[in-house]
Amino acid sequence: MSLEAITPEEIVAIKLSLRVATVAVISSLPVAILVAYVLSRGRFAGKIVLDGLVHMPLVLPPVVTGYVLLVLFGRRGPLGAFLEQTFGIVLSFRWTGAALAAAVMSFPLMVRAIRLAMDAIDRRSEEAAATLGASPIWVFATVTLPLAFPGIVAGVVLAFAKALGEFGATITFVSNIPGETQTIPAAIYSYTQTPDGEAGALRLSLIAVALSFAALIASELLVRRSGQARAGFE
Amino acid sequence: MITFSCRLARPRFVLDVDFTAPGGCTALFGASGSGKTTVARLIAGIERPDRGRIAVDGHVLVDTTAGIWAPVHRRRVGLVFQDGQLLPHLSVRRNLAYGRYFAPADAKGVDFDEVVDLLGIGHLLAAYPPTLSGGERQRVAVGRALLAAPRVLVMDEPLASLDAERKHEILPFIERLRDEVGLPIVYVSHAVEEVARLANLVVRLADGRVIAQGTPAEVFGSRVPETTTDRFEAISFLSGTVVRELPEFAISILAHPAGEIAIPALLGGSAGTVRVAIQATNVALATEKPRHHSVRTVLEGCVSSIAAGAGPSGIVTVELAGGDRLAASVTRHAIADLGLTEGTQVFALVKAVSIDERGVGRFDGGKGSKVRA
Repeated sequence: MSLEAITPEEIVAIKLSLRVATVAVISSLPVAILVAYVLSRGRFAGKIVLDGLVHMPLVLPPVVTGYVLLVLFGRRGPLGAFLEQTFGIVLSFRWTGAALAAAVMSFPLMVRAIRLAMDAIDRRSEEAAATLGASPIWVFATVTLPLAFPGIVAGVVLAFAKALGEFGATITFVSNIPGETQTIPAAIYSYTQTPDGEAGALRLSLIAVALSFAALIASELLVRRSGQARAGFE
Repeated sequence: MITFSCRLARPRFVLDVDFTAPGGCTALFGASGSGKTTVARLIAGIERPDRGRIAVDGHVLVDTTAGIWAPVHRRRVGLVFQDGQLLPHLSVRRNLAYGRYFAPADAKGVDFDEVVDLLGIGHLLAAYPPTLSGGERQRVAVGRALLAAPRVLVMDEPLASLDAERKHEILPFIERLRDEVGLPIVYVSHAVEEVARLANLVVRLADGRVIAQGTPAEVFGSRVPETTTDRFEAISFLSGTVVRELPEFAISILAHPAGEIAIPALLGGSAGTVRVAIQATNVALATEKPRHHSVRTVLEGCVSSIAAGAGPSGIVTVELAGGDRLAASVTRHAIADLGLTEGTQVFALVKAVSIDERGVGRFDGGKGSKVRA
């Protein structure tokens, strides 16, 4: 087994990882922006509780998060049964379940980055927009969101990288089924458990490094492009 | 016409302010912490009063007894913030257009090109706010507020962050707004010079209350100096018409019933009636008509009141021929030496060079024909 030859199984794992991470990030982004906005601007009694809930996956052992997902979203779990009966959606032991696990695990990172960006916005910019006739929704769309854009990009990249690398919660919730739930980390893990698997583990690890690095570079370019316009002229 | 009556209690601050502004430019004047910015924010709807009512030209913005509350974005109050608060991610052109987009279609707004022209910001349209200087930012902020077709323009210390040169660059623009656009302006400031130059009504605030209101002359003239620094705040305002210019000496002469007033600048024949601020510390008094001296302005009148405490100086208010009042800050020693009492005939001497020509306001006490009443 040589370092150059990527096996078809590995290609499948890479494609699956990208799909899982992309779906996880895209579907959690609107929720993350909303939660970040509520945490940044809201003044309500349960704010600390919401903040704590959002951050739980960051501090819990990933296996515990995966187990909680299994209990809730398993086919016999309260939410899992409901989803299956109502919409025909099955998450457990499917790639969609891997996406859910990745989304939950990366959610705190995304919310945190977006919230910090929103906290840093001068509130008087929003007040100024309101005095010019912009309703709260317009203020959000034309002032808060654009000004938080670098933070949103940072949050998306962090979450994408985290989702690519998610292992503990995923393997607990959806197991390690090649072609269905075996993402790059799970495939690496499998390689390390097989004799002569070192080359495969190294190949996939290098690919994981390359993917994460590419995501970081892409985000940096995006943020820079949005900042460039501001620094000079139209 | 703006009627304002609000009460607002905060942990270490209580605001209780009532005033009625007839139109033109109304100045809210006071030290920092006096509550003037809070009044501006109340008018704009960013702060909510505990009790009160605010109406602009018949539109009730808030009335706590009637349960009326217009949210910020429906008030059409053009608030100009201290540091402009331009939206940093939008170009100057888009900042200017921002308010216009939300303005009602039938609003009698000012024309985009007209505003750009009035404020001299045509060359900045493509630039982004972070690249602008302080003066440019403030001009764009004023233009942006104007283009939103506001019912009233509220300016919260628009010149506070600018140096003297920039201030004198922007003050004429605000004068033109007042006179040419005819929009009621509420001007928040702690700078006597700006207020004196722009306002026809001054509402003086201290500790969240109105302590004086009236014309600049009424509010700033002849106050009892409570501390030694206060005498520098006593300022009188005299209006006069430019009757003569001496181009070889670069001075202008104003006609005033009490005598001629020399201004150290060529104001131009078209200046018409101007208002001059004279600091009490720059006025000397004589009981006989002095001769052979350098002072160019000698005004005749009689002492109408003397205010002096235990300190070294007092304020002597002179009623000039024609009825204007002029405050002079002199030592108590001089008051005793000259034997000044109420009714004493005096000559007030004002050095021409002590008058700041950049603070000369070009309008007749707020009664200018173009100012909306």
